[in-house]
Amino acid sequence: MNKIANKQVINDVLLEESAKDKDIIVLCSDSRGSAGMKSYAEQRPEQFVEVGIAEQNLVGISAGLASCGKKPFAVSPASFLSTRSMEQAKVDVAYSNTNVKLIGISGGVSYGALGMTHHSATDIATMGSMPNMRVYLPSDRFQTEALIRSVLKDEKPAYIRIGRNAVEDVYEEGNVPFELDKATLVKDGTDVTIIACGELVGDAKAAAEELSGKGISTRVLDMYCVKPIDKDAIIKAAKETKLIVTVEEHTMYGGMGSMVAQITSANAPVKVVNLTLPDAPVVTGKSREIFKYYGLDAEGIVKTVTEQL
Amino acid sequence: MNLEAKALDIRKDIIELIYSAGCGHIGGDLSVTDILVDLYYKQMNVDPKKMDDPNRDRFVLSKGHSVEALYCVLADRGFFDKKELFDTYSKYLSKYIGHPNNKINGVEMNTGSLGHGLSVAVGMALAGKMDKKDYRVYAVMGDGEMAEGSNWEAVTAGAHYGLDNLTAFVDRNRLQISGTTEEVMTADDQEERWAAFGWNVISIQGNNMEAIDDAVEEAKKTKGKPTVIIANTTKGCGVSFIENKAAWHHKVPTEAEYQQALKELDERRAQL
Ligand SMILES: Cc1ncc(C[n+]2csc(CCOP(=O)(O)OP(=O)(O)O)c2C)c(N)n1
Ligand SMILES: [Mg+2]
Repeated sequence: MNKIANKQVINDVLLEESAKDKDIIVLCSDSRGSAGMKSYAEQRPEQFVEVGIAEQNLVGISAGLASCGKKPFAVSPASFLSTRSMEQAKVDVAYSNTNVKLIGISGGVSYGALGMTHHSATDIATMGSMPNMRVYLPSDRFQTEALIRSVLKDEKPAYIRIGRNAVEDVYEEGNVPFELDKATLVKDGTDVTIIACGELVGDAKAAAEELSGKGISTRVLDMYCVKPIDKDAIIKAAKETKLIVTVEEHTMYGGMGSMVAQITSANAPVKVVNLTLPDAPVVTGKSREIFKYYGLDAEGIVKTVTEQL
Repeated sequence: MNLEAKALDIRKDIIELIYSAGCGHIGGDLSVTDILVDLYYKQMNVDPKKMDDPNRDRFVLSKGHSVEALYCVLADRGFFDKKELFDTYSKYLSKYIGHPNNKINGVEMNTGSLGHGLSVAVGMALAGKMDKKDYRVYAVMGDGEMAEGSNWEAVTAGAHYGLDNLTAFVDRNRLQISGTTEEVMTADDQEERWAAFGWNVISIQGNNMEAIDDAVEEAKKTKGKPTVIIANTTKGCGVSFIENKAAWHHKVPTEAEYQQALKELDERRAQL
């Protein structure tokens, strides 16, 4: 069981890169502990800005820094970052096209029993609908590292959502296929395609292994790049497999699954089933309990595929 | 009723609830306990059986993470079954989640995202004025929470509309998650800020029941403007090793710590 959370990887990469690049600035909103940014804050005090509990200010200040050549990473719970500071994200970051990287931590339903105020199950819809804003949900620590290293090289806005706890590895150390804005083919197959993003890619992979054992040839696409979404990989899957099942830690409207269905319906109509969180506050529980309740875990995915195929 | 004794009993419930659930925001619960006890056992006109009474006083816990304190008070006052709360708090499929939720009897508003409660309270107070009702509205914010800009929009509006039926509290415990408020984001001039916005400002020792009650009484007599009570509290108040430590924002006591906390509270109770 992997013990290293994706946020830890972000802290480590930024700590390393910020030693070489003085323009890298991390900003937190009383969130450095939950963001895994404590060691960064301690070791790079001159490249760290604390704004207090003020997420709108967090994003506005980041945009100002970016407009003066800095490379800000605003790290705050995804729930507040994607809603409280949504207009700053839209106007000061996306519309003004500033080099701000918004890192939404403890995303989706990571905060479990703390309830809907702390869940970010609408962030793909809100952030993804802003022109210029890219949206990434990396699946494991290796992909998170590849993604952060990649976006450090560009100067465009991005929203990156990660979960709170360590998740099982999808890839292996030293063998992490990664091309920016291209879905990663985790497993090939010819009967059904499961398209997943974020923490649920691990479940998709486990489900595919079980399905293959039952004679159902299953393809798995890691759609960490929710926007710009990998259209080609989706159309290819739509043409080559009989069913697409999407899996995401997001509400049913405006998420990754909606985007997949939009693309297939215009280009290569195929049955698309979206596994999502409901259009309602979720039941009380830990992430894994919530995933199970709504059939988003490996078992639920297997069940849906077997029923729908 | 001996409010001091009640506040100690509620503190014991809070410790029990957090220990058995394995989660909770213990520091902020213990700093706000006395304010809640004065409001719910003495000052506020609320009745578990009449939560739809349009004349009831309104309470909004803007620092919603202190929900354990609120739930313990509401359970004790009979708004819902205490056993159900203790058996299910924060557990799978429970309705008692880790922030106030208005599916639960006695909770007026869903909170948890900081910087919402005061605006909502302004709305409630405004409705009271529109309807010529004489209920009062109370809201409690954290001092770290006061960094949210939305609060200051609400402060402006509260004064603009002369909402003398509104009393706000700032739980001035000088700590937030990452450290002291002064390290994280300056909050030292709360009194001057609120006064500059046109509020009646009362600064008190916020874990002193008599001081709280006197301040609430003074607020009721103040006409033409809203009142803020800057409650200078101790985060973790009542349990020596929890007091004044940022790390206890949401730490859960070990078994030994749990026993120690109850022992200290029992000792204080015996001294009353
Ligand atoms: C909008 C928003 N941002 C961040 C948080 C996370 N959070 C929960 S409690 C807290 C610290 C609150 O400190 P303070 O207001 O001083 O409360 P207290 O000391 O009374 O616990 C933070 C940052 C939140 N709940 N809402
Ligand atoms: Mg505080």
